[in-house]
Amino acid sequence: MIELSRVVKTYQAGLATPFTAVDDVSLRIPAGKVTVLKGPSGSGKTTLLTLIGCMARPTSGRIHLHGLPAGTLPQLTEGDALEITSLPERFLTAIRRRTFGFIFQQFNLVRGISVLENVMLPTYPTGEDHAWVEARAIERLGELGLLRHLHASVDRLSGGEAQRVAIARALINEPAVIIADEPTAHLDSRLSEDFMELMGQFKAAGKTLLITSHDPIVHGSPLADVVVEMRDGRIVAGS
Amino acid sequence: MRPSVQRYRNILDFALSSLLRRKGRNLALICVYTLVVFVIASLIFFVQALKREARELLVQAPDMVVQRMVAGRHDPMPVAQAETIRAIRGVEAVQPRLWGYYYDPVYGGNLTVMATDDTALAVESVWVGQGVARSMRVKEGDMISLRGYAGPMLFSIQKVLPEESELVSSDLILMSPQDVRSLFNLSEGLATDLAVQAGNPRELPTIAAKIVEQFPDARPILKSEILRTYEAIFDWRGGLMVVVLSSAILSFIIFAWDKATGLSAEERKEVGILKSIGWESADVLLLKFWEGSVVSLTAFLGGVLLAYVHVFFFSASLFEHALKGWSVLFPRYRLLPALDGYQLAVLFFLTVLPYTAATLVPIWRAATVDPDAAMRS
Amino acid sequence: MRKSTLCLSLIGVQSALFVAMLLHARAQEGRAAQQRQSSAALVRSLGLTDLCLFTEARYTRHPAMADRHAAFQDHPMGLDHFPSGSLVAPPTFPSPHAPLRPAVPQHP
Repeated sequence: MIELSRVVKTYQAGLATPFTAVDDVSLRIPAGKVTVLKGPSGSGKTTLLTLIGCMARPTSGRIHLHGLPAGTLPQLTEGDALEITSLPERFLTAIRRRTFGFIFQQFNLVRGISVLENVMLPTYPTGEDHAWVEARAIERLGELGLLRHLHASVDRLSGGEAQRVAIARALINEPAVIIADEPTAHLDSRLSEDFMELMGQFKAAGKTLLITSHDPIVHGSPLADVVVEMRDGRIVAGS
Repeated sequence: MRPSVQRYRNILDFALSSLLRRKGRNLALICVYTLVVFVIASLIFFVQALKREARELLVQAPDMVVQRMVAGRHDPMPVAQAETIRAIRGVEAVQPRLWGYYYDPVYGGNLTVMATDDTALAVESVWVGQGVARSMRVKEGDMISLRGYAGPMLFSIQKVLPEESELVSSDLILMSPQDVRSLFNLSEGLATDLAVQAGNPRELPTIAAKIVEQFPDARPILKSEILRTYEAIFDWRGGLMVVVLSSAILSFIIFAWDKATGLSAEERKEVGILKSIGWESADVLLLKFWEGSVVSLTAFLGGVLLAYVHVFFFSASLFEHALKGWSVLFPRYRLLPALDGYQLAVLFFLTVLPYTAATLVPIWRAATVDPDAAMRS
Repeated sequence: MRKSTLCLSLIGVQSALFVAMLLHARAQEGRAAQQRQSSAALVRSLGLTDLCLFTEARYTRHPAMADRHAAFQDHPMGLDHFPSGSLVAPPTFPSPHAPLRPAVPQHP
């Protein structure tokens, strides 16, 4: 479970034009459920994702992670709650790698590199055994039906395929939480339905899902356990 | 394999994939880079080898050579002066040297004619250097004709000097003192210069000063000055070759600089992606370090190895045209390898480090972007 | 095969050759003295003062013996006539008419 209390994120604080993207948000994201953040663009959904995903630090407020697996950080034992906002960058990166899998709106694949290598990329700095990671990556890509593109460059893929590569990459470190930012923005309705079906499988596998979207296929889906509506950086409904 | 080692290898894998994306461009870069290292290393090896040969061989040269200057020009010297010089304290021996230049109109080359007292040399015979034998197309037992003062003189070639001595003897024609005198019409009382041996080399400057005092037209040349001449020779900072080279090096630097520092928007975005999927700043820097060092290290090692083969196995044959110049008689010598660790290290630091640094520095700022930058775009 | 394996083996082979080059140079060092013998004997017996590198002019054939007063020969600002002239720096020793300092540093 992830718990946010009175989280504020202000960009360009101290400058002439400060901009508060997330304003006093308190929220509980239950483990093993699908939480959807909905709202128009510019409502602070994506910023909130980056805060939860340890990519950026809030200006004020606290974020607690519960139920992190032991060994995520050296002194962490099972069941501890971890307050992440005060951790140094090195630890944030370690948590991010092991806990969160990101599916970006623009997919963020490295161009000119093969599908397989793109999927393996997040594991490179951890120094995991190459052959083992490769086997795992091939397995993930197989589950997503991408085996025939294994050695193709990602530039050649269609939008749906590219997203599935991004999903395989998000899963390579076997994270407990999957974070998806506007996942259906570049997909047609059929591919969006396929995506939600995949999310259903992940939910069934016990993963926590956090999705931002203003697409009714996502926030109207029966899979969505919690729908939180945001506007101007504040929560206006749900939670 | 340990995780830390795996990390280096994994990131190297990605660095190579990354380089292979612009295969043609990076291969061209490595080739040009290797070529630049090759030319500089060849020059260094060549000059080092020659300087060392000069050092090793010319220690055998006379302690001092005394010339006579007339109206600012080198002029034959009265042999009688040898006696006066021999009387100076500290002088052990004075040997008149008899030598001169001979221009051969048939093939248009300059030769050095020198007298030798060697008793093995038969009358009306000469010993010639390898270069002379090659240019005149003669061998042992052949006859050669030289234009003497009193008409053509015929000599039989008794011996061709050994190949290993070509560095000092290529253009020599050795003959008896009488033959030299009649060839050049030098009278009995004259020599080209005097070779002086001193008992204690520390006294040489004093001896030289005394000689100049007694003979104002004398010009003493100390062995230390001879050696210094060869230390200064091929002073590569002043060489024409380096002028030509430096333009090549400069254009390479501009090329490399542009390639290495021009961090495109694409690359910047890539760094953002890597950060967002869990790479740390240190990982990104390691990636760029690999990219830079793979290119520069292969080029450095390749260039140095090629240069070694070129200079010491093929006698720097690519430089031949530049070195030959107007020479008709061009000595061919197999150089003995002389590697100077210091110069290799300098070459390494001048080629590998700047390139690697040039790839690393621009990435420094990009590597410290927040991981959420990729999401905000 | 992994790309890094290929790359590391290439650099490995190059480094091995580099070490071999250093060893070769060292091995040749031992034979050098022997190879130099005939040259050294000639230098000693004839009192040679120069290496035979360029034969096009007196000052390039015998740089140590050159008369430095003739026009276009060894003047520091003189125009070079031969390509090798740009490689051979003018002699650095003092003019014969300048008084010789008694304590010129000696080279062995």
